[in-house]
Amino acid sequence: MITQWLFTHVDRRGAFAIALLVAIAFFVPVLNLLVPETSALHVPTYLVSLLGKYLTYALLAVALDLVWGFCGILSLGHGAFFALGGYAMGMYLMRQIGPRGVYANPVLPDFMVFLNWKELPWFWYGFDNFWFAALMVVLVPGILAFGFGWLAFRSRVTGVYLSIITQALTYALLLAFFRNDMGFGGNNGLTDFKDILGFNVQAGTTRSALFAATALFLALAVFLASFIIRSKLGKVLVGVRDAESRMRFLGYRVERYKLFVWTISAMLAGIAGALYVPQVGIINPSEFEPANSIEAVIWVAVGGRGTIIGPILGAVLVNFGKTYFTAAFPEIWLFALGALFILVTLFLPKGILGLYGSWQARRATRAALKDDDAQPPLVKQSSRLVPAPEPQAAE
Amino acid sequence: MKAKDTLLYLDGVSVSFDGFRAINNLSLVLQSGEMRAIIGPNGAGKTTMMDIITGKTKPDTGDVYFNGTVDLTGHDEAEIAMLGIGRKFQKPTVFESHTVEDNLMLALAGPRSAFSALFHRQSQAEADHILEILYTIRLFEKRHWLAANLSHGQKQWLEIGMLLAQDPKLLLVDEPVAGMTDAETAETAKLLRDIARTRSVIVVEHDMHFVRELDVKVTCLHEGSVLAEGSLDHVSNDQRVIEVYLGR
Repeated sequence: MITQWLFTHVDRRGAFAIALLVAIAFFVPVLNLLVPETSALHVPTYLVSLLGKYLTYALLAVALDLVWGFCGILSLGHGAFFALGGYAMGMYLMRQIGPRGVYANPVLPDFMVFLNWKELPWFWYGFDNFWFAALMVVLVPGILAFGFGWLAFRSRVTGVYLSIITQALTYALLLAFFRNDMGFGGNNGLTDFKDILGFNVQAGTTRSALFAATALFLALAVFLASFIIRSKLGKVLVGVRDAESRMRFLGYRVERYKLFVWTISAMLAGIAGALYVPQVGIINPSEFEPANSIEAVIWVAVGGRGTIIGPILGAVLVNFGKTYFTAAFPEIWLFALGALFILVTLFLPKGILGLYGSWQARRATRAALKDDDAQPPLVKQSSRLVPAPEPQAAE
Repeated sequence: MKAKDTLLYLDGVSVSFDGFRAINNLSLVLQSGEMRAIIGPNGAGKTTMMDIITGKTKPDTGDVYFNGTVDLTGHDEAEIAMLGIGRKFQKPTVFESHTVEDNLMLALAGPRSAFSALFHRQSQAEADHILEILYTIRLFEKRHWLAANLSHGQKQWLEIGMLLAQDPKLLLVDEPVAGMTDAETAETAKLLRDIARTRSVIVVEHDMHFVRELDVKVTCLHEGSVLAEGSLDHVSNDQRVIEVYLGR
């Protein structure tokens, strides 16, 4: 019954991805914890964390694809929402250190003691509670995105202008978080985490659990994205992408639809950031770097925008390549990334998955054309008494 | 004339862009159930007039009333669409990555809020209505096609079908037969006459042959205001119309 319900909201590809993610959420920890280290099947702990990191990137890519691939909003600042979610989680992890910090202050994180602060700033209140922090992980990016989107979409800022202001947004946050008086650890950010929910973040079991949580959240995101895209709302979003003014003249409040998907997307990016931080052990302002957001755009483009699964593929493959290249040929990684983006834009405009999709569509169209009794088009005789009309944009 | 008892009432409407007067003291009245053809040379303000009626452009001065009482200058595109004014663009504008059926589904009259769209389930009545329109616009066989794969003329028809699905009181149709074959043009004239039986229509068209086929009152615009109005014969014999528009 559950599978049937799942299938009404997810296509075959999505269902396959969800099943696969649930499976690896189970098997990767098993292969790490239960299979002895001497076995060839053993997954070392460092690899669990590395894969977990890739999956958080994949979650960010799904979030970005939701707005870019399906609604045509190219965000060059999605890293900001990712980083904000990460900071919310980082603040919780800092509060868990308690008196075990270098300065052994039971309340103040080390960097505050170092800066001679006497008490906790008000915006750090509540972050000792996991659920409060978890709420902030979605609320902070969500509220920022809502405010930003409300202003931008209402003023009908679109296209490259919107991309530029998203870039400005993340850059502004980068500069703000660099400042020590912001109260987020300045340049060094938040690190030296000890526990999450009472478990040691360094422990293999915790790392496996974080990996499993990431895979499951990604599966959930695939489901949510599929549900949205397959609903009428999703069709409106694609309509906005293809012909925004047609949507308006049909009576849809385009800005509200954009705002909805934009906010959801920012929240997903926040969750991705929150899962990322305990697995890499640090969050600092460099996560706001515009280059990070652009890299996320590349993952989506490589995997195939406008497909829900493509961005996951793109994020994992590109980051796998990054891990390999930065170790093997550190000096050429950026060139490789640039070349990849150029090649994909030129030869695979719909990404890896789009290539497969367009091949399928071509086959379907050919089959449909065969069924259609094609009529030869009648030649139009000029019946115009008038001077030449405006040039028609014939497709 | 009073705005009351009219479907569309434009009086003394002017709008300029960067000093260029696109619409200049334009007055136009459309009765309920009427079909009107608008002709005029390029730059006469035909499309700008449609922009004003549909809320895309705000006039600098003048009154625009719909249904006698609704001031259209105070509403935006989406609100005006919901009031019952549908618009077909000059260039066929359909959702290319959706199927023909989904294009109509999106156009179908009904709630437009994001929340209702998220949990929307198609009812039998909606499905029947879509089917009915598919037959009217002769795209039943192609209902599962992506709109991108339709011919130019079929896209024009799909867009007209979307207007029908929207169920407006007034349809604004901008050059519906541009790029159509003669056979398609004749069919389109028939389709529009059918539509005009139950609603009001304004058609902007260059194709005089097509305008003759519509057989309705004609308004000729020139430099943003009305040059002549009346039957096609009356308008096409007007000396000024011949001078600025028909030529020869």
